[in-house]
Amino acid sequence: MTPVDEAVGVRPVRRATRRAARARVQGRFPVVLWVPAGLAVAFLVLPLAALVVRAPWPSLVAILTDPATRAALLLSLGTAAAATVVSVVLGVPLALVLARSRFPGRGAVRTLVTVPVVLPPVVGGVALLLAYGRTGVAGQYLELFFGVSIPFTTLAVVVAQTFVAMPFLVLALDGALATVDDSLAEAAATLGASRLHIFLHVTLPTLAPALLAGAVLCWARALGEFGATITFAGNFPGATQTMPLAVYLALQSDPDAAVALSLVLLAVAVLVLVLLRDRWLRGAVR
Amino acid sequence: MLGRSLLVRVACAGVGAGLLGGCSATGGPATETLTVLAAASLREPFAVLGEAFEDAHPGVDVRLSFAGSSELAQQVLAGAPADVFASASPATMQTVTDAGLAHDPVTFATNTLVVAVPAHGTGTPVTSVADLARPGVDVALCQAAVPCGAAAMEMLGRAGLTVEPVTLEPDVRAVLTKVRLGEVDAGVVYTTDVVSAGGDVTAVTVPDDVQVTVAYPVVALGEPTTAAADFVDLVLGPVGTGVLHDAGFGPP
Repeated sequence: MTPVDEAVGVRPVRRATRRAARARVQGRFPVVLWVPAGLAVAFLVLPLAALVVRAPWPSLVAILTDPATRAALLLSLGTAAAATVVSVVLGVPLALVLARSRFPGRGAVRTLVTVPVVLPPVVGGVALLLAYGRTGVAGQYLELFFGVSIPFTTLAVVVAQTFVAMPFLVLALDGALATVDDSLAEAAATLGASRLHIFLHVTLPTLAPALLAGAVLCWARALGEFGATITFAGNFPGATQTMPLAVYLALQSDPDAAVALSLVLLAVAVLVLVLLRDRWLRGAVR
Repeated sequence: MLGRSLLVRVACAGVGAGLLGGCSATGGPATETLTVLAAASLREPFAVLGEAFEDAHPGVDVRLSFAGSSELAQQVLAGAPADVFASASPATMQTVTDAGLAHDPVTFATNTLVVAVPAHGTGTPVTSVADLARPGVDVALCQAAVPCGAAAMEMLGRAGLTVEPVTLEPDVRAVLTKVRLGEVDAGVVYTTDVVSAGGDVTAVTVPDDVQVTVAYPVVALGEPTTAAADFVDLVLGPVGTGVLHDAGFGPP
């Protein structure tokens, strides 16, 4: 027993029992968990391995240098990047408002803005059509007063992707903001820093890992968006045919091309995850 | 603790309901399932024929799946468990027969193209096929790999028109939907699709000299079951001919 134990009045416990208890918690990992874990790994990795094994390697270069493929890839990367930028510009303030300010109906607003996360993407596409389509609730006025028609344009692709992806960013930040430590900000305030200064030099850097992780999630979700895009933006090579649409349509006429395009998307996914290593992502989970 | 026991009770109820639901609705002997893959434009007539078949063959449950013919052909090639395949073009049917998955398809109907325009559209009015090529007109077409897309391209080629569509949809019904919603000024669909859309769309006729006739073959896949062969007979027989005629299809 240590002096502290004596002072507090802890009963003397045999050291051996204490050691055994510690070993039970920190010791050998239960082997029985390896079985479902192994099944999970096999289930998730096998399809990706199948993509690599069955890829049309001899004709891969020809398929990938095809102008239509390059157009789809550039369009996908460009629209996903644009959607991420819009999501950050609009989503960060939204997350801050939801986390920090109190207003009636805050809970309802928080629920509503995260609906697209759970909503089936094609349902999102239908909803976007009804809102921003040529005869849509808002779209008809856009057409009438500004002569602007959103469907079937690259803008529509960005709108569809932002609709499904922004809530991911808001969710990621919401979680981080809930656990952020205000003491640093308070210390800065007592030292005389302005609100803007505190935000730029204390709050944002603390949020940076969560913001980055949220932005990556957002970008990945935007890149993979299919249902809302094909319903709202339509499908036309160069303007609205993103990679997932190109894969889906290639399946009908040229399965080899579909596999090759899928391989490209898989490579992009792996590259993104490798570049944003543990180091940065773990910070967001803290 | 109350929460956990409630969860267990709900789970048991769910399993029980699932088991009950698994029994056939008639409570009779196990039903045979007949899976029919049909082109999107065959939605209404085949729904009617499916019901007629079920009435005449109690114990058979007809399951219909509609999509673009090329997508369905790929499903058959990938091993989808289907019994009957009805496509909107001999070309897509040929991909299935060439792979040895079906033999001796028979043409059971024909269809022609028409330009569909929204009945209450606010966009640019389209009154002839030539209008499709005018700048500022939003046109929806089917993807080239889908029969209606190939037929549309052929028709426009015959008319000597170069049309830049705003979207290439995966099947003819998706084109029709875009027109019904007023999102495009016009779409090239089948005559039968306009019939099915009711008052939402009006048709602009395609002149006979550029018209393209599309032939619909049907086949029972693989080693046909009796039910599959009977369904094909129903489609080819007087009942099928009548239903297809009422829907606006032409004779084979």
